[in-house]
Amino acid sequence: MADSTYPIPGSVEAAPRRWSQADILAWLNSWVTTVDHKKLGILYMLYAIFFLLVGGAEAIAIRIQLIQPNMHFISPQVFNRLFTMHGTTMVFLVGMTYIFGFANYLIPLMIGARDMAFPRLNAFSFWMTFFGGLLLYYSFIGGGGLFGAGNAPDTMWWAYAPLTERAFSPGHAPDYWALSLIVTGFGTIGASVNVIATAFCMRCKGMTVMRLPLLVWINVVASGLALITITPLTAAQIMLLIDRYLGGHFFDTQAGGSAMIWAHFFWIFGHPEVYVLVLPAFAIASEVIPVFSRKAIFGYPVMVAASVGIAFVSLGVWAHHMFTIGMTSVGNAFFVLSTMLVGIPTSMKIFNWLATMWGGKIRFATPMLFCTAFVVQFLLAGLTGIMLSIAPWNWQLHNSYFVIAHFHYILVGAIVFCIFGGIYYWYPKVTGRMLSEKLGKWHFWLFFIGFHVTFDIMHIPGLLGMPRSIYTYEANRGWGTLNMIVSIGGLIQAIAVLIFAVNLIWSYFKGKEAGNDPWDAWTLEWSTPSPPPAYNFATDPVATSRRPLWDLKHPDDPDWKYE
Amino acid sequence: MSTVAVAHAEAEQPWVLPSKGRVAMFCLIIAESAIFTIFVVAYVYNIGRSLYGPTPSQVLDIPLFNTVCLLSSSLTIWLAERAIEHGKVKVFGLWWALTWVLGAIFLVGTGVEWYKLIYHDGLTISTNLFGTTFYSLVGLHASHVILGLTALLIVLLFTITGHVRQEHAERIQVLALYWHFVDAVWIIVFTVVYIIGR
Amino acid sequence: MLAKCLRCVSFSAKSWYVLFAFLSFQTAFADGPQSTPSIFAPTSTPAHEIYDLSLFVLTITGAIFVVVAGLLAFVIFRYRQRGPDDITEPAQIYGSNQVELAWTVIPVLIVVVLFLTTARMIFAIQDAPPPKTALDVTVVGHQFWWEFNYPKLGIHAVNELHVPLSNTEAPTPTYLKLLSADVIHSFWVPQLAGKTDLLPNNVNGMWIDPLHTGMYVGQCAQFCGVQHAKMLLRVYVDTPEQFAAWVKNQQQPAVSDESVAAGRHVFETQSCMNCHTIQGTAATGRFGPDLTHLMSRDTLASGAMDNTKENLREWIRHPDTFKEGALMPAMQLNDQQLDQVTAYLATLK
Repeated sequence: MADSTYPIPGSVEAAPRRWSQADILAWLNSWVTTVDHKKLGILYMLYAIFFLLVGGAEAIAIRIQLIQPNMHFISPQVFNRLFTMHGTTMVFLVGMTYIFGFANYLIPLMIGARDMAFPRLNAFSFWMTFFGGLLLYYSFIGGGGLFGAGNAPDTMWWAYAPLTERAFSPGHAPDYWALSLIVTGFGTIGASVNVIATAFCMRCKGMTVMRLPLLVWINVVASGLALITITPLTAAQIMLLIDRYLGGHFFDTQAGGSAMIWAHFFWIFGHPEVYVLVLPAFAIASEVIPVFSRKAIFGYPVMVAASVGIAFVSLGVWAHHMFTIGMTSVGNAFFVLSTMLVGIPTSMKIFNWLATMWGGKIRFATPMLFCTAFVVQFLLAGLTGIMLSIAPWNWQLHNSYFVIAHFHYILVGAIVFCIFGGIYYWYPKVTGRMLSEKLGKWHFWLFFIGFHVTFDIMHIPGLLGMPRSIYTYEANRGWGTLNMIVSIGGLIQAIAVLIFAVNLIWSYFKGKEAGNDPWDAWTLEWSTPSPPPAYNFATDPVATSRRPLWDLKHPDDPDWKYE
Repeated sequence: MSTVAVAHAEAEQPWVLPSKGRVAMFCLIIAESAIFTIFVVAYVYNIGRSLYGPTPSQVLDIPLFNTVCLLSSSLTIWLAERAIEHGKVKVFGLWWALTWVLGAIFLVGTGVEWYKLIYHDGLTISTNLFGTTFYSLVGLHASHVILGLTALLIVLLFTITGHVRQEHAERIQVLALYWHFVDAVWIIVFTVVYIIGR
Repeated sequence: MLAKCLRCVSFSAKSWYVLFAFLSFQTAFADGPQSTPSIFAPTSTPAHEIYDLSLFVLTITGAIFVVVAGLLAFVIFRYRQRGPDDITEPAQIYGSNQVELAWTVIPVLIVVVLFLTTARMIFAIQDAPPPKTALDVTVVGHQFWWEFNYPKLGIHAVNELHVPLSNTEAPTPTYLKLLSADVIHSFWVPQLAGKTDLLPNNVNGMWIDPLHTGMYVGQCAQFCGVQHAKMLLRVYVDTPEQFAAWVKNQQQPAVSDESVAAGRHVFETQSCMNCHTIQGTAATGRFGPDLTHLMSRDTLASGAMDNTKENLREWIRHPDTFKEGALMPAMQLNDQQLDQVTAYLATLK
């Protein structure tokens, strides 16, 4: 006799169980204590997206204050805190986290491994970064309280000494800045070590180093660069804290210390840092562009060599941020040359992407829209970078809105565009559902238009003498209308990002089912179910070429014949 | 399923990957080298720039004994590594303990030196540029010695309680790499502070 | 198809020229009595040289953009998927050494050209030896005002720099020695020269060689604290006669007018002397600006507001009205004291 309480084999469950409190706690616990690279990758990405929204809100406040001359939307003190926090947040809490979001999720899947080399180090690194960011934002409720923006750092994201010394910054703002970034720095070192160890030591059979997907290679280069570049910042911050708390004299000019040396140490970190931020964007584009052009990447060995070359040369260009600080003419000339030289491997990458698209059959789905816009925008950003490398011209453009326009062209026009492209591309793998193409296209076009309205125009006030870091400007300098246009573009971008957030949430519940390989791609992650099971691969894969799935799909014309 | 077609030639060759512990330790050493480089550069840049207060030649004595102890500890740890490789756990334990003792002597010696500098010569981290850069650089190194000694002590305790066996040789070599790095940094710090800077 | 791409490319080329024209004549479009410090409207030799170099660089980078963006536009149109049924895979090309070599060599050549032009100009501007006729001015940056000392003329000016007109046959440039009293600042008057930083323990130098009279605006260009935005600069390029008259006035001690003795008494007893100097009186403070010739300036508080009696009175009463966070404290004077001291300061021409 069939008892109605026994489950009938093969039948559907009568009704889904409601989640009890124990279930919710167990679910939370699984996320907080996870060492699974996929979960940690998602945590990093959620963190990055959250702080992208927070940093964006800070930017909107800045742009409202600057929309017309002599606005009183926020006080000078609050403005200075907001732009410092905007920069610090975007570089460290968005830039450094998206890198490890993509790297942690994708690298083991792409190399046929079951997890990163050091799963517990992975978790440690994430939570260090998480708490460092929390410490940084805790500063908002210090000092004079939230509406005066508390004790948030207010000396620019570069925190030049001696402005940050006790004498000129008696509060705790620089301390929050230094301490929180030392904490996140530990996270970055741990994550970088993990990426490198994983890529070299966890590859599946047949995956030689020259068969690694470009995303893996470029992230390895970026992580190696991060190892060398983050610790100089930690060193400088320790020196600053010694000055502020132990009576040290590193940057104390009254005692013979140097104001210039902070700038040198900071930019020795700061310049390679921007390459650490942008290389993973190249990595994403190097995966998306071939798949949507239906061709292998053009010149794989050259792309690898160019990435390594960029990393090396970028260690020698830092003083192009300091052309006006009073170096000798020979010193200035040296850094002009090194800066121009780093443009060469970078331009080679642009040409290689172009050559990948040449002769292809380009499908303009949302990921490809973002990555194509990236190529144009990165080209423009590189050209304004060449303009800035011309030291005499730099003496005019340094610290002006031209520079802000240039680096936002890279940070938003290259990096954020690639982040969006990458999310549209891999979201189906992570969640099992496609993001809405319709919302995606709205997101893309609005963001593209808003981006260009803001950042194309922003070059002009710089050329007309408008410096950066100013909470207001004189009405008769001719900058008012231009600033208004820039601010309006910012609002358009904000709307686009909101559409993106809606897309992320809506598609999670209602998006089309993706299957293993919705884009007809060629790297190993597309051979797993979407989302992949905890163990990634049921049996260890064997790689036969740079595009293992191409070989499977085209047994008559496999890649290993041509490599 | 995720099996992929196998190219015949490759199936025969053994698939050898580097040891992840070693790769990770190399990466850590690179990162640490960068931080030490910055402190060394700050020290070198500031040589002779103190406007007042004690100068290096006035107060610094060459810590020869300490240095010999620390550098010998590299030798003893190397001997310990060889011992555990061959499965001689007791011998390993002895050399390892000796390494720890030599490192501890170095640390105590540094403490004695600092005591003299602070209480007899009046040189603190806030006295002048020399004081700031000296204590920062030597202190950074000493903190890494402390970290190393802590790790060495943990391994020593595991050895004494019988948990360390020959199969742990690889991991011990990774830790020993860190200790060698700490010694190498001391050679540079010693040269910069006590020879060039004096 | 090709026509579409060509139109696209020529449009982007044309827009560059429109942009140039716009920038060069920007002054005609902006509002108010014009003080737009455009780097494309140079009036001094270093600024002129930088302008010429910038046009050269813009032409090269513009050409690169037109070529590469044009190619990209072509690729997007020519090689797009022609509809959902167009699903055959194209020929797989893995690379080409010749092509890679070509697009490495060409950028290297461009870099060589740009570098040599740039290096030459760096040495020309930075290492230019000062002629004997040069005027020497020492600029000291403070939070948030400028101090201008003319050592050979015995003048201590504040916030508004006067320099003599120069010309190309017999140049009389002004050489600025740059120092800071506190944090890092930067001296930037775009129409006269590129900017150079002012550091607390490192003397920097720059020169300007103004070829047209007039008033040129600029401001501090290195974030120096809460009122960095209002650390404005004015440079007055005077004819030799105007300059001589200005110098003569600045060299006088302060005007001593008995009718405002009450105000002078307020000044001397209310601790104003601790920060300010008035030549010829007991006030010799160095922390704040020299007030000996306060009324000879067009603006107050480093360009924050016009120099009128009302503004001056309000500034003394409550500096945060104009420059929140400025280092001058509100002196807690009552109305009578304010009127008296303002009347006194208003006589300091």
